[in-house]
Amino acid sequence: MTVVLTICGTMLAVAALLCTARLIKGPTLADRVFALDALLIVVVIAIGVWTATTGRGTYIEALLVIALVAFIGTTTVARFIERRGDT
Amino acid sequence: MTTIGTILSAGLLLLASLLALLAAVGLLRFNTVMARTHPVTKAITLGVVAVCVAGALRVEDRTDALRLLLVAVFQIVTAPIAAHMVARAAHRVGSGGTRDLPIDELRESGR
Repeated sequence: MTVVLTICGTMLAVAALLCTARLIKGPTLADRVFALDALLIVVVIAIGVWTATTGRGTYIEALLVIALVAFIGTTTVARFIERRGDT
Repeated sequence: MTTIGTILSAGLLLLASLLALLAAVGLLRFNTVMARTHPVTKAITLGVVAVCVAGALRVEDRTDALRLLLVAVFQIVTAPIAAHMVARAAHRVGSGGTRDLPIDELRESGR
């Protein structure tokens, strides 16, 4: 299980880096919102990998809360884009 | 039984991480907002479902397994809504390559 944790951690770190690159580059606000959403879901997957490899359910609440915050934040910024325009 | 669960859970974890990586690559390499909707919605949702099933196979407590499946269901329900709202907002303000689409039924319908 340690090998799996290492491989998954490496892949998730690279995924987070690529999301951050899109977050910095993204020409419009919608691209940045998508990148931030993907980054938060990568964090959710990382916590899930930790939960599955150790078998401890300590951080499942954090998993739920981060998924909830990602949804509410994305929806809020979508309303903001509609009202203010996309810059 | 335990070894089968462990092997299955390890495979699901590798699948989930690979899907997250592919979604990030797609997010970086696709060129319009509408194209970037796809990796953010589909690949990442499948990754969350895979990691939640893997955790539910491995975790000791049964209520923890139920809560992990709740996270998966929540992600399946909310990810399309969030991506649709952002894409619709981008379409309404006409940014990110949504102005020169070959077929634009949303604009023709006048909403």
